[in-house]
Amino acid sequence: MEQRGARDYTLWSIAILLVVMFALIPVLWLVSVSLKTPEAVTDGRFIPADISFDNYKSLFEGGIDESPFIKPLINSIVIALITTVIAITLAAFTAYAIARLEFPGKRVILAGALAIAMFPPISTVGPLFDMWRALGLYDTYLGLIIPYLTFSLPLAIYVLVAFFREIPWELEQAAQVDGATPFQAFTKVIVPLAAPGVFTAAILVFIFCWNDFLFAISLTSSDASRTVPAALAFFTGESSFTQPTGSIAAAAVVVTIPIIVFVLFFQRRIVAGLTAGAVKG
Amino acid sequence: MSQRTRSERKLAWMLCAPAVLAMLLVTAYPIAYAVVLSLQDVDLRFPEEGGFVGLDNYTAVLTSELWWMDMFNTVFIMLTTVAIELVLGMALALVMYRAIFGRGLVRTAVLIPYGIITVVAAFAWQFAFSPDTGFVNGLPLISDEMDWFGGRFSSFAVIIMAEVWKTTPFMALLLLAGLVTIDRQLYEAAKVDGASAWQRFTKITLPLMKPAILVALLFRSLDAFRVFDTIFVMTRGAQDTESVSILGFNQLISRLNLGLGSAVSVLIFICVFLIALLFVKGLGAKLEEGRPG
Repeated sequence: MEQRGARDYTLWSIAILLVVMFALIPVLWLVSVSLKTPEAVTDGRFIPADISFDNYKSLFEGGIDESPFIKPLINSIVIALITTVIAITLAAFTAYAIARLEFPGKRVILAGALAIAMFPPISTVGPLFDMWRALGLYDTYLGLIIPYLTFSLPLAIYVLVAFFREIPWELEQAAQVDGATPFQAFTKVIVPLAAPGVFTAAILVFIFCWNDFLFAISLTSSDASRTVPAALAFFTGESSFTQPTGSIAAAAVVVTIPIIVFVLFFQRRIVAGLTAGAVKG
Repeated sequence: MSQRTRSERKLAWMLCAPAVLAMLLVTAYPIAYAVVLSLQDVDLRFPEEGGFVGLDNYTAVLTSELWWMDMFNTVFIMLTTVAIELVLGMALALVMYRAIFGRGLVRTAVLIPYGIITVVAAFAWQFAFSPDTGFVNGLPLISDEMDWFGGRFSSFAVIIMAEVWKTTPFMALLLLAGLVTIDRQLYEAAKVDGASAWQRFTKITLPLMKPAILVALLFRSLDAFRVFDTIFVMTRGAQDTESVSILGFNQLISRLNLGLGSAVSVLIFICVFLIALLFVKGLGAKLEEGRPG
């Protein structure tokens, strides 16, 4: 019995090691490339011989006007944050109604949200490009926030409905017995209880906006609103003879840091959110 | 209808209205507009031309070799990535489910590919495989001269690896959610009856997980059919590696041919609809059990 325990332990150690390597090697490779000097970037070594932070320095050189990275980084952060706040607010209203209230149309809304989650974004790119140019939304924050909102709402609604169904709603009734209106019961009693679910949904929406590339390259044309993924694709070297590999790697590492922070601190929540409602338990 | 029911309904509709409007604004209206555009000759480089051309754009797309090659590429990438992901994702789900220790570590590690920007992941894999900056060609068993992005199917290999790396964790988590709903007593009973581990997997785990597997396959297939970011970063469609989404983007945004591009968009929309229909009607995936990813 004890021997089997030791064998199991070894097998699991190997399995876990394989999984962790599978997940981390590409990320570590990016870190490695970002720390190499331009001369060493083609040496193919996994661990750089000399560590240099020049690639990082060059990203931020020249301040907001000259740097190819600072403005897109600000755009990414602001657009993702605004979208997250709006999406979570709207989704929380909807999810509350679906989890709590009886009304015709509930199933239609859920089915519609699911259909939008499957919708191919490329099918909306052409019309949005044309409409945004006519409306003056092309290459603006709002021009990206609107499609991000649409495509992140289904995710937010599903996660929030799943969380809201778990909340002890007797407390809400108790508040209503004590004279609170349905709206007061919602804001004073349910919102604090729902905060963990809301936070989870917010992380997932933020990751969604942070990740988008298709809308970002289709609906922007300059640093006025271009986000990091799009800016990365248009990075150029210092001269036309140098490859921007090092700068791209450094920028990629910088925008991966928030994701790693989320994952390290909130892994339980993210897993709960991703699998919320996956299978009716 | 009582006063209370009526006010409850009114509140519910008021609460849902903003989200419903926001969702319709950027899907229903644009797809209708795309259909209108696809029936016209709209080329922003030649704004004076134009007018209703009926199904000419669709004929042009459906008779072009490029469309069918891109369709083949897209379906090929979709089928291979989803098949590999199903196997790897199942293995990963079993590791996470049965791990006697290190569960948190594994979960943290696999969430990093899920959370990372697709464009960033594509660059990481491109830098690893590129003959000048990469380390892959230095590995044993791989030719130092291998030009991964110089050929069609070697490019696909790298594209597929990057896609699999990025999206297997999501597949694994969906499968894990199905796995935890299985009653452990079934396994104990099967063990007592002398079933091997493989028999327990094929006779208990797989049949009971069918709904979770179908939903995971549906969401991942639709997602893989939209493949765009990775190809754009790695080859921009060179070496005949274009996907239908890249074709649509090139027509719409690079060439500003909104008529032809919209025809491509509408055709992609129809394909996605057919794939979803196949899963729901043909395979009996229960969508209420699904969730958007």
